[in-house]
Amino acid sequence: MDAVWAEQDTNPGAIEAALRSLLKERHAEDESYAPARVMNLVLIVDREWRGEIMNRLERVGRFHPSRTILCEVESSRKALDARVTMTTQGDPQPGVLTVAQERVELDCGPQHLKRLDTLVDPLVVTDLATAVWAPHGHWDAVRSMLNMAQIVLLDSLSEPDIETAVKRATELTSDVYVVDLSWLRSTPWRERISATFDPPLWRGELGKLATVTCRHRPDSAISGLLFFGWLSSRLGWEPGQITRQNGTITGRAKHRRGEVVLKLEPQPDQNTPGLAGITIETQGGVSIALERGRGGLGARRVARDGSESSWTIMGASRGESGILGEGIRQALLRDPTYRPALEAAGAMLG
Amino acid sequence: MEAAQEENPLAEGLERLPVHPTTLVIFGATGDLAKRKLLPAVYNLAHEGALPERFNLIGFSRSDMSDDAYREIARESITSFSRRPADPAVLDAMLERVRYVSGGFDDPSGYEKLEQVAKEYDDEAGIPFNRVFYLSTSPAFFPVIVGMLGDRGLDRREGSEVRVVIEKPFGTSLDEALALNRDVLEVLDERQVYRIDHYLGKETVQNMLAFRFANGMFEPLWNRNFIDHVQITASEDIGIGTRAGYYDTSGALRDLVQNHMLQLLTLLCMEPPIAFNADEIRSEKVKVLHAIHAPRPEEVESMSVRGQYSRGIVSGEEVPGYLEEQDVPPESRTETYAALRLEVDNWRWAGVPIFLRTGKRLARKVTEIAVTLKPVPHMAFESQAGSVGPQPNQLVLTMQPNEGVSLSIGAKIPGTRMRIRPVKMEFLYGTAFLSQSPEAYERLIMDAMRGDATLFTRDDEVEAQWTICDPILEGWRQSNEPVPQYEAGSQGPAEADSILPPGAAWRAI
Repeated sequence: MDAVWAEQDTNPGAIEAALRSLLKERHAEDESYAPARVMNLVLIVDREWRGEIMNRLERVGRFHPSRTILCEVESSRKALDARVTMTTQGDPQPGVLTVAQERVELDCGPQHLKRLDTLVDPLVVTDLATAVWAPHGHWDAVRSMLNMAQIVLLDSLSEPDIETAVKRATELTSDVYVVDLSWLRSTPWRERISATFDPPLWRGELGKLATVTCRHRPDSAISGLLFFGWLSSRLGWEPGQITRQNGTITGRAKHRRGEVVLKLEPQPDQNTPGLAGITIETQGGVSIALERGRGGLGARRVARDGSESSWTIMGASRGESGILGEGIRQALLRDPTYRPALEAAGAMLG
Repeated sequence: MEAAQEENPLAEGLERLPVHPTTLVIFGATGDLAKRKLLPAVYNLAHEGALPERFNLIGFSRSDMSDDAYREIARESITSFSRRPADPAVLDAMLERVRYVSGGFDDPSGYEKLEQVAKEYDDEAGIPFNRVFYLSTSPAFFPVIVGMLGDRGLDRREGSEVRVVIEKPFGTSLDEALALNRDVLEVLDERQVYRIDHYLGKETVQNMLAFRFANGMFEPLWNRNFIDHVQITASEDIGIGTRAGYYDTSGALRDLVQNHMLQLLTLLCMEPPIAFNADEIRSEKVKVLHAIHAPRPEEVESMSVRGQYSRGIVSGEEVPGYLEEQDVPPESRTETYAALRLEVDNWRWAGVPIFLRTGKRLARKVTEIAVTLKPVPHMAFESQAGSVGPQPNQLVLTMQPNEGVSLSIGAKIPGTRMRIRPVKMEFLYGTAFLSQSPEAYERLIMDAMRGDATLFTRDDEVEAQWTICDPILEGWRQSNEPVPQYEAGSQGPAEADSILPPGAAWRAI
């Protein structure tokens, strides 16, 4: 059951008082109410795309932030309106904790964005981590939040090109912890490639890779580039600059035993954002290929003698609906491999 | 070769670390535990992409059936008992890797077939899979199966690991535990043996380690100078249901105290391990168990109380007493309630009584550890008439139903007088971590496949647990006194107060 407060032409002080008052009221109704205290998520969205973002947020399921502050930007708006909603999953049950999540919706205008931090700061739960996500741009507003936020969520896929994507993420990493959804889309692939080369028999082959090819949805080259950045940084490669030809991006990287060729190939029939497949060939003529498939990733290995074996690496597709939830979960963790991968990706762009 | 000996550089930073390709063999594959817990756990690991890159499952049981028939049993079990709805594509992919071998646990031909199927998996992949044998059978078969694995040479393997997971109960007495350890370790090395206590796989129990060793503020208080006493409670509001056959031969002490509750006690009392690995943690836990004085026969009565529930009312409904439950012998003296007073005789804990209490058909289901601190040495405030006044601080770690930590502190009651009463500072895990915890079996199966024995019980740990419990069971067995009765839905037998120090009381359940 939701508890709601709303006011037009309001101010942060009144909104903050409403948040406290709603919580007090709920607790007075039933002692089992307790506010979730996980993370503040500040969303900056265009008002006309609000519905789409709300739908995505609803699908994050259990990884929902505890307090969401949704700043809806409307070009003609002058005054600040606000709605506060306190939501619980179902009615209180005896002996069971009823966890409440809070959502603040701020209708604001472009003039509010430059110092959006002054509106949002009084509304976040102090001492909880604060993440910012601006899926429709509004980078000036994001910049204003960098002194109070510890995390920025972004999706490099939505940038116009891979150069802008890498530049944006690199700039942000100097101020905050960046969770890039395009990087997260490569996580299952990184886990699987790591597992493939984990048996001692195979680990030695990591030093002798000859070519790595990433197939990706046409708009998701950045996930492949970050994957190459990850391999480069983890394996100590020296990446060279990439070249483009007919939609395919090719690069080279030097390692102790030679050179590895890196290829990014768009796959137009891939619907889901991210990678579609990876093929790795070693200097010894062994190849391993992973492709999206039913019930997991289809794996195929060709040995030196040409003999083939294939199997399924089990796992449910998380799909796009799960990626935002994963981003929110990752916001409270720290991945030490992202930044080096990003730097290596930057080196490939020259 | 040189590179092969190095750590996997691609594993750094990944949440899901690589696990060597594994064939999991479940003995007792058609049993209740396999159907309700193990198969759904394996499915959930598959769903999350957490299983090894290459994974096979072989069910081994007496019933004669084809691979396909067993796959259908597995499908139904997973569909009924998985914590998440099964994704048909993942389930199909998983069931494709399932085979079945029928055979008696003492019949060599079954093991011959098992060896053949496992080898077919290896040959198909061109790699030696690790093998994990999960003994989900009656305890009587544990030594039989391990012996057969040894006879058939399935206990060791060049180029891969062989591990054996043994379900509880690990013996019903010290003698049985010693004999079982002897039988098992005649065939296997201790590092190959994973004695499961699924309680340790629960997030809530592992949080005990985080609470104690990731927070500096409690450590200075965590000793005899500040702690007055500890109460560990694991109460249930349900009765024995249809488990009379098992429960009447077991009783509360064997069912919960010997394993789960002593595990909680060791986690509460252990010294900080120098590293978070299996041997360091288990060594510290064993030291605690060794420091607990096992009672002499004449001490049993003064340090323990048992009880049996009688007819009563639970949640507004009348329920039968233990002796009226289906299949319980009318003359049964099996305890459904046990309370103990133990002391850990070491530098940190000497003189701090630790009370353990468990029972069925109690007022409600709760698992908690309540640490009561000593009162302030001098009361500066005037009369507290009209108030309960300052009380000793109490730190309560709740495992269920609402996992969290609460601390009672004295606070001034608003008004013109300095009157004080305890208030509660509360932290609830459910408000800070909204994610769903994995089932204990998922965690433990993964750990066994990974070769991490931290959350499994070591041989000396099991023996030390029985060393404490055996004399109590023997004392109760020899006693001619009637077993104290308590009404179902109550706080337990009134006799339980007798083991508390004067003026002390059990926490309300």
